[in-house]
Amino acid sequence: MAEQSIISPENLVYKKTEVMTDRELHYCPGCGHGTAHRMLAEAIDELGIQSETIGVAPVGCSVLAYYYLNVDMQEAAHGRAPAVATGIKRVLPEKYVFTYQGDGDLAAIGTSETIHACNRGENILIVFINNGIYGMTGGQMAPTTLPGMKSSTCPMGRDVKTMGNPLKITELVAQLPGTYYVTRQSVHTPGNARKARRAMKKALEYQKENKGTCLVEVVSNCPSGWKMNPVDSNKWMEENMFPFYPLGDIKVPGKGLVNGGKDGR
Amino acid sequence: MTKEIRLMKGNEAMAEAAILAGVDAYFGYPITPQSEIIEYLMSANTAERTGMQVLQAESEIASINMVYGAAGCGKRALTSSSSPGISLKMEGISYLAGAELPCVIVNVVRAGPGLATIQPSQSDYFQAVKGGGHGDYKLIVLAPSTVQESVDFMRLAFDLAFRYRNPVMILTDGIIGQMMEKVELFEQQPRLSEAPEWATRGKKPGEKSTVVTSLHLESEDMEQVNLRLQAKYREVEKNEVRFESYRCEDAEVLFVAFGSSARIARKAMDLARMKGIRAGLLRPITLYPFPVDEVRRLAGQVSGMLTVEMNAGQMVEDVRLAVNGRTPVEHFGRFGGMIPGPDETLKALESRLEEWHKKQPAQAE
Ligand SMILES: Cc1ncc(C[n+]2csc(CCOP(=O)(O)OP(=O)(O)O)c2C)c(N)n1
Ligand code: SF4
Ligand SMILES: [Mg+2]
Repeated sequence: MAEQSIISPENLVYKKTEVMTDRELHYCPGCGHGTAHRMLAEAIDELGIQSETIGVAPVGCSVLAYYYLNVDMQEAAHGRAPAVATGIKRVLPEKYVFTYQGDGDLAAIGTSETIHACNRGENILIVFINNGIYGMTGGQMAPTTLPGMKSSTCPMGRDVKTMGNPLKITELVAQLPGTYYVTRQSVHTPGNARKARRAMKKALEYQKENKGTCLVEVVSNCPSGWKMNPVDSNKWMEENMFPFYPLGDIKVPGKGLVNGGKDGR
Repeated sequence: MTKEIRLMKGNEAMAEAAILAGVDAYFGYPITPQSEIIEYLMSANTAERTGMQVLQAESEIASINMVYGAAGCGKRALTSSSSPGISLKMEGISYLAGAELPCVIVNVVRAGPGLATIQPSQSDYFQAVKGGGHGDYKLIVLAPSTVQESVDFMRLAFDLAFRYRNPVMILTDGIIGQMMEKVELFEQQPRLSEAPEWATRGKKPGEKSTVVTSLHLESEDMEQVNLRLQAKYREVEKNEVRFESYRCEDAEVLFVAFGSSARIARKAMDLARMKGIRAGLLRPITLYPFPVDEVRRLAGQVSGMLTVEMNAGQMVEDVRLAVNGRTPVEHFGRFGGMIPGPDETLKALESRLEEWHKKQPAQAE
């Protein structure tokens, strides 16, 4: 097929969404953040709500999410995104509002803002990137770091006796009456990425109906922080992260908690 | 039309003024001595009256960040607290200043440090005027000394906040917040209908997206942002200085006091005049921008200045900077929730007169 016919509209099978800018991503090679951005952008695109969406970026590797997501955005202080999103949604209730946050941002410094936004049932989407580590600051222990997992601040591995247990905040907020749809996904294979996109799309649809807070966790990798190459990091994630953070829905509209909310299956 | 005059408590009057000023949203967390503000708003049926949103947040940290979100949408957003809560808001205030978002923060000051007491104080002057949060930023700080001013400054504060895209603080205290005085309320102002161009309201098709941020990773960019902020602050200093002077024309000694203390200093000034001491009073209304020129001008006229403050000596530093050694400047204060009386304030002045009169007032430049 000639080049011209490949790019003619009737032969088009895939097109980068308008909701992603053309800016080159600053993420490390193989990092899940870029794919997670794209899934969110495609969900927004599919719903045709680009001009009605306002996002909130966190402090973490995705602090510059507004370079890539082509929607109006605000940059929040570390952990405060759900409060900022609350402020936005309360004055512009007809807009679609989302936060995009890492695990340190959402489940350590911002635990209070997360739980209370969910408990009030703020009509927002929280996209939660759980990579079990503080990527941005160079690989320190996160609230989600697995028992025994090494990081620069637990070089011998996380000792749960002195450092606490990993916090399953997704299961925790699923217990709150304010949350409507809570799910755990990943973006490390095309199939998983598509599922994550569908979850985000569903969550945004529920937002239109003012159903309450929706949280989509994405268990993701951090090749740099984990000190692995991208392929190994995905394998390590499947073998170590998924057993502790099982993929699947945790709270489903109409059905409530799946498996008593104990894990994602 | 005759204006309505009401007898109102300072905190409630500020809350009513917020509704009348067309504020879009209030986010707060209870703390004495200012909880009447959120209580009043919660019972004022604001949703019906103006559509104003009122939310009790889980903390002062959350509430100031809710203000950030609403302000970032170009809305008039308000929060209020008292000293320990204002300390918690400092992170958010720095971000608001950095992102150049307009908003109003009320601090009904109580004594510190720590949990201290719920009694009134002016010990947050430094925090309000010098920073408090991180980075080179300034708040415009208004200090009412009556319930009437508490009302009028609510509207003024939002005007200034939007004119300069800068957070404005109303620095008041437990005396003015709790006392009842007669007030004339202004007419209902409409809520903003137009979105400023910097606000996030949803990206228009074909246009660039709008971003509200205080992040500028490149030092060159960050320096430019800082220079722009500083240029803005110089504009504020040029245009927005407000003060009131009482009997300064012929004064040979001067009280300098703001807020509640100014009421006490004024009484002390009257007592001094009755004793034949030609005292005057300068009352800074904007604590930032500080009335530097007026203080400097008066330094050439009087033989000494005494600041009266409910703290251990904070504004006195700004007076000294303005005076720059040309006349003695001293501080009289009570703190920890104690309120200076007019008699002891007069005594504090009298005890310095002999010393001051020995020195000649400096010549005006
Ligand atoms: C108040 C405050 N404390 C600490 C930091 C430093 N800091 C920046 S990002 C970060 C952790 C980010 O980790 P996470 O939220 O998991 O995001 P990731 O980079 O892994 O995507 C920290 C501690 C900060 N910017 N602000
Ligand atoms: S440090 Fe980790 S989370 Fe951050 S961009 Fe690199 S791989 Fe991704
Ligand atoms: Mg992380």
